[in-house]
Amino acid sequence: MQQLISLLVENKPGALMRVAGVLTSRGYNIESLTVAKALDPTLSIMTIVAEVGETGRDLLIKQISRLVNVIKAVDLTQSRAVRREMVLIRVYVEGARRAALLTEAQIFRAHVVDASQTSYMIEATGSPDKLDALISLLRSYGPIEVVRSGAMAMARSKHNKLPVPYFSETTQAG
Amino acid sequence: MMEAGEAERGILNMQKLSGAQILIESLVREGAEAVFGYPGGVTLPVYDILYSHPLRHVLVRHEQNAAFAAQGYARATGKAGVCMATSGPGATNLTTGLVDALLDSIPVVAITGQVPQALIGRDAFQEADTFGISRSATKHNYLVKDVREVAQTVHEAFHIAVSGRPGPVLIDITKDVLLGKTSYSEDQPMAPLRGYRPEAEPDEEEIEQAVRFLWNAERPYIYAGGGVISSGASRELVRLSEILEAPLAHTVMGLGAMPSEHPNFISMLGMHGSYAANMGITECDALIGLGVRFDDRVTGRLDKFAPHAQVLHVDIDPAEINKNRRADLGIVGDARTVLQRLNEALESTRESLGGVRRRERLAWMAHIREMKRQHPFTFTPSDEEIKPQVLMRKLDRIAGGDAIVTVDVGQHQMWAAQLMRFNKPRLWQSSSGLGSMGFGVPAAVGAKFARPEKLVMAIVGDGGFMMSIPELGTIAANRLPVKIIVMNNNSLGMVRQWQELFYDRRYSEVFIEAFPDAHLLAAAFGLSGGTVADPADLDRALDTAFSDPGPYLLNVQVTPEECVYPMVPAGGAVSDMIMEPAAEPVGAAAGD
Repeated sequence: MQQLISLLVENKPGALMRVAGVLTSRGYNIESLTVAKALDPTLSIMTIVAEVGETGRDLLIKQISRLVNVIKAVDLTQSRAVRREMVLIRVYVEGARRAALLTEAQIFRAHVVDASQTSYMIEATGSPDKLDALISLLRSYGPIEVVRSGAMAMARSKHNKLPVPYFSETTQAG
Repeated sequence: MMEAGEAERGILNMQKLSGAQILIESLVREGAEAVFGYPGGVTLPVYDILYSHPLRHVLVRHEQNAAFAAQGYARATGKAGVCMATSGPGATNLTTGLVDALLDSIPVVAITGQVPQALIGRDAFQEADTFGISRSATKHNYLVKDVREVAQTVHEAFHIAVSGRPGPVLIDITKDVLLGKTSYSEDQPMAPLRGYRPEAEPDEEEIEQAVRFLWNAERPYIYAGGGVISSGASRELVRLSEILEAPLAHTVMGLGAMPSEHPNFISMLGMHGSYAANMGITECDALIGLGVRFDDRVTGRLDKFAPHAQVLHVDIDPAEINKNRRADLGIVGDARTVLQRLNEALESTRESLGGVRRRERLAWMAHIREMKRQHPFTFTPSDEEIKPQVLMRKLDRIAGGDAIVTVDVGQHQMWAAQLMRFNKPRLWQSSSGLGSMGFGVPAAVGAKFARPEKLVMAIVGDGGFMMSIPELGTIAANRLPVKIIVMNNNSLGMVRQWQELFYDRRYSEVFIEAFPDAHLLAAAFGLSGGTVADPADLDRALDTAFSDPGPYLLNVQVTPEECVYPMVPAGGAVSDMIMEPAAEPVGAAAGD
């Protein structure tokens, strides 16, 4: 089953390599990995989805946590977390079916970001399941190309939150 | 008003130094006493500083041995050992020694030179991706691309290497950084590490639970490893065993933490462990694992390992708890701190709780001692050949439980672990986790530099010795009085043993032919040495070797086809030991 890991790491060269190394050296395949700077630019936040058996999950979190650059690693697999992904889809579609496609895309709150005479490029965000459904629907219109961002996640409960410093405009101004 | 001297020093402190100078000053500031290294193109600026610097540099003959020698220094002292190599092949040659340090949790700081930043990524001469290669070979690593980061990086590297679960740290520094200049002051403050909190304190409740667990045990058993030595917890460990009146077995890494002569000590456990240690762990009802990682060479088949026991596991690395064996109670913390707290709590509850199961515990201890008496390590005596076990016993008498003994990997390593006594920690040095042949001789070099007053002997096999021959040069050049004892069975004995037992005696590529004449080989380096093959000559040969004030190479021809017993076949239960057929106890037969 897939494990969802949320990580706060120092934004330093090699940090990504170290985290990925813990997974690959144990033979786990990374399904997706997203990383970007946090509000504090010396920190980065990563979300990793990997195929990890139930028995290996605790150990994996501990082995990632002991990396010197890792400030906190939490397992969000079983906890309440918002999980979102973004997708860009180019659908090759012509003629009368173009209008039908746009109507159906709206059901998914997807919108068109580029268009040509023979194709649309559509952008959508949502849970991975929702995006799977959108992709399979659009396939029925013609050949498609897909680029997915991989999952990003944020814990709902305080319990699993990453210890990211709060940034507030008002306190900064004061 | 400032004194003139102080003012001058202030100016001196703020002067601009090169990256190479800052590197060396930072090493000294962190307490380095010696650097084991080998120069090359990109480290020329560092060696130019070393030319006139008091910091001692020991020129080894191969970079792998620089890492092993640094380990020898670290294992003997507990301080970080320092090694240095140039870019490319220098750095890749260090790698085995670093992985070795990683698996045995030995603090090492490795410095490597890197090609100038302008050339990185262009397949420059002697360029290798050292930062990438060493990522999985170290606890942490750095690539320094700014001269202003040199001092801070060296400081962090030493801190990371020695704190928490110790390990190797590598610093890769580009040549332009070594040549660049910046201001340096030896008292400039160091920034803390944000993601690294190596120390953990056990809480009161954990200690209370552990105390109830221990006093409730009828058949307690202490299984102690390298973590006890790293944390300097020998005294506390012995105390625990004495309070509980519990038997104690060591892993290969733990030998010396409890004196081998202590009555509660039942030798090593695992694949070539003692009968009492392996049966004891199978029968115990409370297993106390201290600074251990439940390695497969210890546990054998996991589901048959300590099958009746509840487990208390103490380790400084949270990732070790529940890794291989589920702990009923896991305490994350430094072994010494935890044991101090535990011993105090046990002492204060001894009157109320200590008596509840004492009768059972004493019967258990008597049973263990009886097993130890009935099943000592055994061998088959011979008048014609030198038996390896006899050699180990004689070396043990010379060492007296107080010499530094380094070994390679294989049969000689296991016999030495079984048959030699270590009455203090940091005497026994073995590449235990990685099992690197060629470790013993360079480790002895490092240990001798660390503890010049100690007798240091490297006991190695003929295979491993062939990998270490270049270091005879280091030993000769420094007139380093280490004793090298080659237990020569003309084969890769442990591989041969497995081929004998599990591959139908199809001896494939295990015979080390053309072993050099030890006397001539030593003489070629200007050293003393010799060979002994007749048991009648062994005492005299050992006397010659050890009474010589200088280094000595002694090649001892032993029984070629001999197996290490007991033996737990890989993947078998530790209680299913293969015992040596029709044999005598080693002690009595060796004339102890």
